[in-house]
Amino acid sequence: MPGTWEVRLSGSGGQGLILAGIILAEAAIIDGQNVVQTQSYGPAARGGASKAEVIISQEEIDYPKVDRPDIFLGLNQESVLKYMDGCKDNALAIVDAGLVNHIPPSKARVYALPITETARKQVGRELVANVVALGALSALSGIVSRESVTTALLRRVPKGTEDMNRKALELGFNLGEQALAGAQAGHN
Amino acid sequence: MSSEPRLVQGNEACAEGAIYAGMRFYAGYPITPSTEIAEILAKRLPQVGGKFIQMEDEIASMAAVVGASLTGVKSMTATSGPGFSLKQENIGYACMAEIPCVVVNVQRLGPSTGVATAPAQGDVMQARWGTHGDHPIIVLTPSSVKETFELTVRAFNLAEKFRVPVILLMDEVVGHMREKVILPEPGELPVYDRLKPNCSREDYYPYRADWDKAPPMAFFGEGYRYHVTGLFHDESGFATEKPEVIDLQLRRLHNKIYRHLDEIITYHSEQTEDAELVVISYGGTARAVSRAVKLARQEGRKVGIFRPQTLWPFPEEAVAELAGAGKKLLVAEMNYGQLLLEVQRVAAGRCAVTGCLQTNGELTQPETILNKIREVYEHAPGN
Amino acid sequence: MLPEIEQYFRLEKLPHMWCPGCGNGIVLHCLVKAIDKLCLDQDRTVMVSGIGCAARASGYLDFDTLHTTHGRALAFATGVKFAKPELNVFVLTGDGDCTAIGGNHFIHAARRNINLTTIVFNNNIYGMTGGQYSPMTPNACRATTSPYGNLERPFNLAELAIAAGATFVGRATTYHTKQLTDLIIEGYKNNGFSLIEVVTHCPTSFGRHNKMGSPADMLKWQRDHGVTAMRYENLSPEERSDKFIVGVLHRCEAPEYTAEYQKLQEKFRGR
Repeated sequence: MPGTWEVRLSGSGGQGLILAGIILAEAAIIDGQNVVQTQSYGPAARGGASKAEVIISQEEIDYPKVDRPDIFLGLNQESVLKYMDGCKDNALAIVDAGLVNHIPPSKARVYALPITETARKQVGRELVANVVALGALSALSGIVSRESVTTALLRRVPKGTEDMNRKALELGFNLGEQALAGAQAGHN
Repeated sequence: MSSEPRLVQGNEACAEGAIYAGMRFYAGYPITPSTEIAEILAKRLPQVGGKFIQMEDEIASMAAVVGASLTGVKSMTATSGPGFSLKQENIGYACMAEIPCVVVNVQRLGPSTGVATAPAQGDVMQARWGTHGDHPIIVLTPSSVKETFELTVRAFNLAEKFRVPVILLMDEVVGHMREKVILPEPGELPVYDRLKPNCSREDYYPYRADWDKAPPMAFFGEGYRYHVTGLFHDESGFATEKPEVIDLQLRRLHNKIYRHLDEIITYHSEQTEDAELVVISYGGTARAVSRAVKLARQEGRKVGIFRPQTLWPFPEEAVAELAGAGKKLLVAEMNYGQLLLEVQRVAAGRCAVTGCLQTNGELTQPETILNKIREVYEHAPGN
Repeated sequence: MLPEIEQYFRLEKLPHMWCPGCGNGIVLHCLVKAIDKLCLDQDRTVMVSGIGCAARASGYLDFDTLHTTHGRALAFATGVKFAKPELNVFVLTGDGDCTAIGGNHFIHAARRNINLTTIVFNNNIYGMTGGQYSPMTPNACRATTSPYGNLERPFNLAELAIAAGATFVGRATTYHTKQLTDLIIEGYKNNGFSLIEVVTHCPTSFGRHNKMGSPADMLKWQRDHGVTAMRYENLSPEERSDKFIVGVLHRCEAPEYTAEYQKLQEKFRGR
């Protein structure tokens, strides 16, 4: 569909990908878009490969699953191997530089960013890697506005963790912006 | 509720729809992919003066729902395939004793434990024929989050009006999917409450009703002191083995549904008028069909959609009309052909009926359905 | 029938369907006497029963009565009581209904300590289906499905209830009718899950298969084998082997489920 973004967020169970998907979808609602969010997970609450998918569109959304992602996020090796296949040509793919060693051949624009490392070293909690990733993804893709994703994030996170999450999101935005600048410099 | 759009999960829409409809008693047992309904209601019900209880099993949950409904409280339970099987005996009891209640089944892949988190639509026939004995049943099936809310309210209204258990047959796709919706404000959707007797205790016959109606229902504890049983009973509520009385009772149980099909059956049809082929689908699969039909139209194929929201009683008249008009029918569902059987029965050889059947734990892809549309459109015999 | 208890019966439904000499009518008599002594409001009292001979009792009683599915009386009753805690709810069930197919509901109703007064008509057999062994049939006894003697061991239902969390447990027989009435009164007064096990007799099935003699002989057997706790204490192990204790077996205080839920509702209402 024209004006439609298909987003697939993947990683291991416990990395907060479904929450990231929900926040992304809620940000898109604030921006006045239509959204559908779905997920696929196994019986284990932790580990393995899980995915959350978000479709953002100006149009009414029929089929709720992502067929060929415009945007892919992979936060661990297993999920990249399992779910990155099928990305559209020239799709945006963001993978965790520290946790993903092998990137399968792809026509996507791949950005390996230190997502988990940033969460661990600069926020002090690996737990917020999903929020860092969300920031980077928003900055690199522009599918949701910075204000909306910030608002959506703060509505969802537990009381008392707002500052930490806001910081993680900012760091993610920066990671994304730097990567974008680097890529554009490369083009020039 | 607010009129702001928000992101809502199908299971959440079901829970909120139930509260909107006046449901104040939930008894259940955890089972994927329905568990969110229980979790939300455990939190929400005490806030609105309702009751939530996690019973020891699915059988007990269904029993408690019937017991609670008899005291006048709108009651429900939610489950998935394996739990739905366990509930069947007491669903039959509710049919026999005419106890209004709602049973939600968020279908998952079976048989048996199957895959707990994978979608399927394998319980279409179980919803219809899962109990023993012969009785009608109302089964509704939504294919979006918004529709889940609306059909949950409708399920309660039908249960209250016809004094029956109503099955809300969801699937994992719709139950777990989140969509942008604006939930209805109070008063926006009609909410129906069961009729109570207005006669004295001496004049009250708990099962006396017109030949095609449900009788008014007294609440336990209000002085009518009547008897409720799963045995065949006469209009006084007491057991009988007289064939002529049994016959009357069973006919009324059928007539109270089958004589009111216009009130019960709803469906959505789109672009069927000029269509040479109509895809019949429901629940999560219907979402893939929508996409496939759009793509088929872009290719110049005249294809329409028929999506029943009421699976049982089956919208026989509407489907017969499609068949009578000689349209090719393609039934897309996540099983090996359950509603397909019903469509074939109704079509009765008047048109080509084909299935697009997939049950492997994944929502059927639009591409799969489109390929089948092309194949049937080109090759199946027309009228 | 005594005039003071007539009002509790649906007289037009009598005579009952039980066999001549059956103990169920005695239990029913004690139940309505207890209700009469307790001065319970007939309009606010519900009888819930399962399936089997004992479960047919609900149909003869003039209250709101709920004759349910096999084994599930306690689960239906939980729904009634939890939805409307102000109702008095009695559960009438047999040993097969309650301890076999309904065993899970039994232990969980006890565990929850929901305010239900449960009367188990224990005649050691499935009567309605013609005399098959139940989980309460003593070892070596004969039934149509244990023609060579029962290989299984019976439950000690009272101990099971205590272990599961019941807050009142008593046992009487159809011989000890005064005691039975008193136990039902005590059980009703307990704010929680109460079990009253009634050792009753099925002359048609259990008695006949096990050469127990006439109904009167079976009542005499109850008289001779049901002993008080004090007397039981003084018996030798040998003498104890065929005796059982009658009277109050257990009583304790614990939070009652529907009351606890009401507190929760008050705390979170409108949030």
